[in-house]
Amino acid sequence: MSTQTLPYTVHPHPVTGIYSGKFGTWLFLASEVMLFGALFSSYVLLRVGAPEAPSPLHWPSHEETHLSWRIGGFNTLVLIVSSVTMVMAWASLKMGDFSKGRRYLWLTFLLALTFIVVKLSLEYVPKLRGGYVPAKSTFFSLYYTLTGLHGLHVIGGMVVIGYFLGPGAALWKRDPEYYTNRIECTGLYWHFVDLVWIFLFPVLYLM
Amino acid sequence: MSGSHADVSKHVRAYVAVFIALAIGTIVTVAAAQVHIPHPMNYVVAMLIALFKASLVAAIFMHLKWERAANIWILLALCAVFFAALMLLPSLTTFDLPKQAQRIGAWG
Amino acid sequence: MSSHDHHTQGHGSGAHHELSFWRHYVFSTDHKVIGVQYGITALCFLFLGFCLMMMMRWQLAYPGQPMPVIGKFFGEAAMPGGIMLPEFYNSLGAMHGTIMVFLGVVPLLVGAFGNYVMPLQIGAPDMAFPKLNMASYWVFAVGGIVMLVSFFVPGGAANSGWTSYAPLSVIATMGQTLWLIGMVFLITSSLLGSVNFIVTIIQLRAKGLSMFRLPFFVWAQLVTAFLLLLAFPPLEAAGVMQLMDRVAGTSFFMPEGLVVSGVPSTVAGGGSPLLWQHLFWFLAHPEVYVLILPALGIVAEIIANNTRKPLWGYRPMVYSAIFLGFMSFIVWAHHMFMTGMGPTISTFFATTTMIISIPSVIILTALVISLYRASIRFTVPMLFALAFLPMFAIGGLTGLPLGLPASDIPLHDTYYVIGHFHYVVAPGTIFGIFAGIYYWYPKVTGRKMNDVLGKIHFWLSFVFINMVFGPMFVQGLAGVSRRLYSQVGYAHGEAVQSWTITSSWGAWLLGLAQIFFIVNFFMSMRAGKKVSDNPWEATTLEWAAPSPPPHGNFTTPPVVYRPPYEYSVPGLAKDYFPQHAAAEA
Ligand code: HEM
Ligand SMILES: [Cu+2]
Repeated sequence: MSTQTLPYTVHPHPVTGIYSGKFGTWLFLASEVMLFGALFSSYVLLRVGAPEAPSPLHWPSHEETHLSWRIGGFNTLVLIVSSVTMVMAWASLKMGDFSKGRRYLWLTFLLALTFIVVKLSLEYVPKLRGGYVPAKSTFFSLYYTLTGLHGLHVIGGMVVIGYFLGPGAALWKRDPEYYTNRIECTGLYWHFVDLVWIFLFPVLYLM
Repeated sequence: MSGSHADVSKHVRAYVAVFIALAIGTIVTVAAAQVHIPHPMNYVVAMLIALFKASLVAAIFMHLKWERAANIWILLALCAVFFAALMLLPSLTTFDLPKQAQRIGAWG
Repeated sequence: MSSHDHHTQGHGSGAHHELSFWRHYVFSTDHKVIGVQYGITALCFLFLGFCLMMMMRWQLAYPGQPMPVIGKFFGEAAMPGGIMLPEFYNSLGAMHGTIMVFLGVVPLLVGAFGNYVMPLQIGAPDMAFPKLNMASYWVFAVGGIVMLVSFFVPGGAANSGWTSYAPLSVIATMGQTLWLIGMVFLITSSLLGSVNFIVTIIQLRAKGLSMFRLPFFVWAQLVTAFLLLLAFPPLEAAGVMQLMDRVAGTSFFMPEGLVVSGVPSTVAGGGSPLLWQHLFWFLAHPEVYVLILPALGIVAEIIANNTRKPLWGYRPMVYSAIFLGFMSFIVWAHHMFMTGMGPTISTFFATTTMIISIPSVIILTALVISLYRASIRFTVPMLFALAFLPMFAIGGLTGLPLGLPASDIPLHDTYYVIGHFHYVVAPGTIFGIFAGIYYWYPKVTGRKMNDVLGKIHFWLSFVFINMVFGPMFVQGLAGVSRRLYSQVGYAHGEAVQSWTITSSWGAWLLGLAQIFFIVNFFMSMRAGKKVSDNPWEATTLEWAAPSPPPHGNFTTPPVVYRPPYEYSVPGLAKDYFPQHAAAEA
């Protein structure tokens, strides 16, 4: 169907200096900044508005939330490593080494999976069982909404990476540069997901 | 972005360096939380570290350091302004109200 | 290149054709097909939104009386004995607003006109991301279906207004949950669309088409896309939070100590209803510029074409549009003067609101000056475009008192507000849309719509739409609240009830007047006069393509030599000089 040639899908536009996919990805990320920005701003508003300690509505300290910084910290490291493997995947493809790039992509995928499994099995499930449900307090409302949305982003990233490991990989044979570009765009998104977590971790686990 | 092999292999060293910096940053964040800085300074410290880590990710992993396309920079500037507007929103609601009304529930 | 592809693809085998129907008309990636899909869907929603309103107008004019003919079809839960229940009235009002804004006008202006016309005007073979374009249409369609389904759940559709203010919306019936889910789809669709629009405009312009040679319509689409891109996500976040409040029992927007119908609420509390309002209006103020900017773009195209002169002040108009887009992000709290914000904040937002009116006035003034000493062609699109100008002016000017806290306090949430913004979106934007349909119909179909029917449609619409919205100012100044089931029974309301009845009759007559449009629209597809590729003798690139344009749009990629509106250039034989013509033919 769309074999029709659109310009600048692979090569950068002579004036703007980027190819369309990358520009599109950045635009999408800009909207993501606003999405998480709104959530952070809600956090600040609710935090500032919370009453002082004796009130039942006071903001819980991290001793009261029973969120473990060890688990949170572990997941932080997992995401940071996955960012490195992601960018290495792109660098390897850029240097023409498909099988190395693929290995790094697999690593990224598995690290993302680790993140999700840890999140669910060590945090969500025990917390929910222990009565720390979203409705418990404004803090837990925020905790579940923020980490939940972030988790969905991680899963979204896994779907994309999975696609480029599976059916999407055929593109490498047809047009290696195009494939590399798409991995670059995936990487931009993936680093953004990491970047959001860098802010979420201290705000939710350490304050 | 320019993409010769030599360039890319130079990048790889930067990636490793950033990884180490991010790991250290994470440890510092956790450590800072253990020394019980009084509220709200604890947020300020944590956010500063997070900002530092995030800039590293954006500059190196997301290649902004090597990015020459003006589009992206204009976009990011625009985004920063509106993000700031969003972040003003909480203070906007409270700062010039009478003291007793500053608690959200009091007029909600 | 693209034309070549078109040829090799067009003559497939028979088996190929089987697949083709679906790929060509349903799951197409061609921006023109998608534009038409958006257009048809959104026109249906516009009609639905209008029907909901015509029903409400019965209740307002003749409260408590059974609705003739159609009343008995709605069942006991909505209209027992044909008499509208207050809850049903609220649903109709909320859904009228939602459908008109998110499923009618924006999809028409952006999804239909933007999608169809913009790539043609910049000389591109398609959108930058054709598959994404298809995805945004289908996500939009799902959102629309969710909204429609919500009418049939227990308790009916959402009934907390199109603004969905908490805590009312959090304790509302199930329709509200579907409303939120529908909104998340619609927002996602808009985001995908806006990314596509921006990339297309920046990356795919034809050779020689610099930014300041773009038709004003394209500029309007560019600014609009930025507004959608950056303003919608906060509402998406807020929507997710409200969904959590409703489904998971959280209390983002729920204060403590809330008592609902005498029963203390069990939510933990600690949330802030004001937070919702901030996040909502952070989107919704830019959204009103989304509703008007593309319409201004359409009107600008048509005025330049029918005055046979370059637009007066093209550059100031472009700068104004950009400034308008930027400012629209920092005026949102003028909708919240009544919420008890402090005076300092109110002053700040009143000031930004006064500032933002300046660029709108510049654009409008430039358009009016463009008419000066022109030999105007009074075509049907031009009539709508001309009527747009004073209507938009009334809408804009009546908004100023609402932007100042002192005068907003008595006017807030009265029919004055309804009158004000409808002058902007109904005789304003909707007239812009009609103008656009009459203007670009020949491009899409190769035929012109009937002139006589078009003129009848215009004059009747013009008279009746003022009959609908003019009286609302009177009602509002008399103090009648909006979202009111019936003003009868209040002394101040009864005093102006005759105005309400006038307004209702205006609405029904306006509905009847649309028959001329509907008949014309369908009839002209087969019986309309066949016209050339450039029937309006216009200069912009969309007219350089065949009508209707083939897949890939242009037979040869166009090259642009000059600014967009070179009409009546001295010394030329013809009074228009197309952008793509190297020299006069
Ligand atoms: C042309 C025919 C139209 C008529 C007769 C009409 C009439 C009305 C009336 C009478 C109300 C107030 C209902 C109440 O407060 O109880 C209303 C509300 C509203 N209308 Fe329209 N309208 C029309 C077109 C539009 C269009 C084209 C748009 C949007 C682009 C629109 C958007 C809205 C919105 C957002 C509300 C507020 C709903 C709420 O209170 O939550 N209307 N309309
Ligand atoms: Cu506004």
